[in-house]
Parts: sequence; C-alpha cells; structure tokens
Amino acid sequence: MTDRATIIRGIVAEHGKLAVDVATIADADSLYGAGLTSHASVNVMLALEDEFDVEFPERLLKRATFESILNLRGALDALLGAD
Amino acid sequence: MLHHALHTPSVAELLEAVDKIAREVVGPAAASVDAESRFPSESIGALRDGGFLGALVPAQYGGLGCSYADVAMMCTILGRHCGSSAMVFAMHQIQVACLVEHCQGVPHFDTVLREIALDGRLLASATTELGVGGDVRSSICAVERDGDRFRLEKNASVISYGDYVDDVLVTARKDGDAAASDQVLVHVQRPGLELTSNGTWDAFGMRGTCSIGYLLIATGDVAQIVPVPYSELSERTMLPVTHILWSSLWLGIADGALDKARIYVRAAARKNAGTVPLGARHLAVAQAKLEAMRGNIESAITEFDAVRREQEESPSLGFAIRMNDLKVTASTLVVEIVQTALLICGIAGFRNDTPFSLGRELRDAHSAALMVHNDRITEHNASLLCIAKDV
Repeated sequence: MTDRATIIRGIVAEHGKLAVDVATIADADSLYGAGLTSHASVNVMLALEDEFDVEFPERLLKRATFESILNLRGALDALLGAD
Repeated sequence: MLHHALHTPSVAELLEAVDKIAREVVGPAAASVDAESRFPSESIGALRDGGFLGALVPAQYGGLGCSYADVAMMCTILGRHCGSSAMVFAMHQIQVACLVEHCQGVPHFDTVLREIALDGRLLASATTELGVGGDVRSSICAVERDGDRFRLEKNASVISYGDYVDDVLVTARKDGDAAASDQVLVHVQRPGLELTSNGTWDAFGMRGTCSIGYLLIATGDVAQIVPVPYSELSERTMLPVTHILWSSLWLGIADGALDKARIYVRAAARKNAGTVPLGARHLAVAQAKLEAMRGNIESAITEFDAVRREQEESPSLGFAIRMNDLKVTASTLVVEIVQTALLICGIAGFRNDTPFSLGRELRDAHSAALMVHNDRITEHNASLLCIAKDV
C-alpha cells in the first residue's frame, strides 16, 4: 500500500504547478518557496479531498496547512488517524 | 502640524481637520486636477502639513496613531471632494499599513516610520510588472543580493504618482533562484532609487493619480527588505487594507454625488410642496445602496481588526472571500449610485458647468471595477468557494 506521504507527493506533483521537481523537495520544505500559488493550493486541496474521500474543515484551510508536505500529512493524519 | 499641538487631538478633531482640508483645498482643486490630469499637489501638501500622511503610524514614532476605521473615514471624506486625491491618500496609507503591521521593531523600518510621521514622506507601490499578466502575486524581477547589498530592476507597469513619491514598496522574487510566487516586499528610496517613466496617463477617470509605468532601478541594504514573505503580508494586510480603503473612498465618491442629488430633490420638493418629486424615489433607492456600502465597510473593518489581533492564527478563507466581496460590491455600487444621482439631477448633472455636474464622479467611479479587475477577484473567490465550508 502506498503511504500517505507518497500519495501527497503525487498530488502536489500533479496539481501544485511547482517551479521545481517535487522529488527535490524535502517533506519539511516550503511549498510556497517552491512556487505553490494560492490558486494551485486550491487544486491540491481538492485532489486530496477526492483521493482520501475526506473534507478538510475550515480550520485547516489556511496557508500553514499547505506550507509543506509534512503539514499536509499532519492535516490528513488528524482527519483520518495515522496510517 | 497637528501632531505638534500641545494636546493629543481626538478622533473627532482629526476628522474635522481632514474635512476642513477637503472642503477648502481638495474640493476647490478637483476640477483642475481632473482637467489637467495632474497630481493633486495642494491636496497632498495640506494633508502632509496636517500630519495625516502619518495617520496610521503609532504615536511612539510621532504618528497620529489612528485606527483603520479612522483612516477609512478620512478616505470617505476626501472621496466626497476629489476621487484622485482620496485615491493617492488611500494608496499611501496602504503602504504605511504594511510597514506598521509587519516591520515595527526592525531598525531600518523604525526609522522609516518616524520619517513618515515627522516629515510626511509619501509612499507608493510597485506591485504590477510588465509580463506577468496583471497577477501581482507573481514577479519576474528578483532581488539580486551581493553580501549586505542588493540591486533590483523592475519594469513596473504602473507606479501611481511615481514622479512625486519619496519611497516605493516594490514586490520582487526574493532572490534570483526563487519561484515567481516566492516574493518579498522591498523598501526603496532615493538616492538608491531611480525611476524612468515610460508612458503617459491620459485616462477618462482618476486623472490625478498619474498612474504611469516606470523602469525602476534600486540599490540598497538588505535591511530594507520587509522581513515577512509577501504572500503572508498580502493576505493579512495589503489586500484587506486595500479593499477597505478603496471601498471607503468610493463610498465618498458615491456620497458626494448623492449629496448633489439630495440638494436637487430638496429644491424640487420645496417648489412643489405636497408632491414628492420624481427624483425622490431614485434617491431613496440610492440612499439604501449607500447604507449597504457603508455597512459592508464597517463589518470588514471589524473583521480585519480581529484578524490583526490574532497574529498567531492565519486568516480564514472566509476572511479572504469577504474582503474580496467588499471590493467587488463597493465598486459595483459606486457606479450605480453615481448613475442614479445623474438620473435625479438630469441635464443639470450631465452638463459640466452646473453645481450638479457629475461627470468627474461618474468617470472616477468607473475605475473601481478595473483596479484589480473584478473579474479576476470573482474568479479567485469562485475557486476558493470550491473548498471553503463555513462562509
């Protein structure tokens, strides 16, 4: 089974429109620093909601959630329980 | 200057002083500012002399320490008399707000804040750039660092009143390797600032803002870079303050136009007591829209002040959506209200040579939907609403 971090990376690669290859980004690196725009972050969120069949509550729809793959992972873990 | 007065002026006294400047200086200059498409030097000069360019600067720096609600009211007061003067004032205050909210305690910026308060330095913004298609959240230009020094060259599509500014806040990628959206805000000033204009400003409204393009070349110390990423500063401060202060001055334009209509209706009513004049119904509808506009601004300020107090917590999507909605709604209502005032005043409003002339107000009002185009803002909200839950 593919772990969450890998799935998140795939989604960020597909929808994040980053300026760099996702493979070169560490889990804690800033996605905004890598070129994630506010528009692209909406698409990342939608794809994550679809993939994990979950809705991110309002309190998680903040810049900090999208700051890094680690933070996205943390948000999903909080919603789904650790995988 | 007011801030040198022996007692600390109350908010009411400050607003009264702005109203006096608006009536005695700004209003009388408005027609020539519009006709000649020139910078409203006398308006900004009088506001500077009154200490109002430092309105938002906290008292410990020598500023007036006004609230956002106070400055919003100042924009409305000025907007009643001259849209261009009010817009220059608002754009300056937006820049000051960014420094007040994000740079206090940083030595370079503490000095800048004192200078704004005491010398009345005028700040402008260089956020737009040729080649990014109007998206202020992405930059081509970059801060080129060399040790403690930087150089920055930007093809700014617009720097309003650039010929008259003392300081400019410029967006740029944080360094040569940074992504287009990874921006910082940089404070630049002469002698490290060179502005070469590359166009003219001959628009049908807001003619006094002199919003021309410039090639901006700046050098300076890296201490002049605002220590917070632009993405955060934009979301927390620049965007909400922009929409609040712009909407406030549009409220002023609408109220100024409607005041002409009110006088027109009262005169008509007196001539024919017992019959409600034709225009009075239009006035009633426009008055309700004006009140809606004012209510939207007041609730936006309340919410913005709450977000300011919660520095640890990033603002909600709902906040961003509502600030955007404020702008779209106010910019739409200002045109509707001025048009209604024109319907009420009729030919007297259409003519350029009567006390009821509404040409300038109508032309100025039409800029509102285009300054950060409403289509762009609505598209952004549409995308946010695909994920937002509690709005």
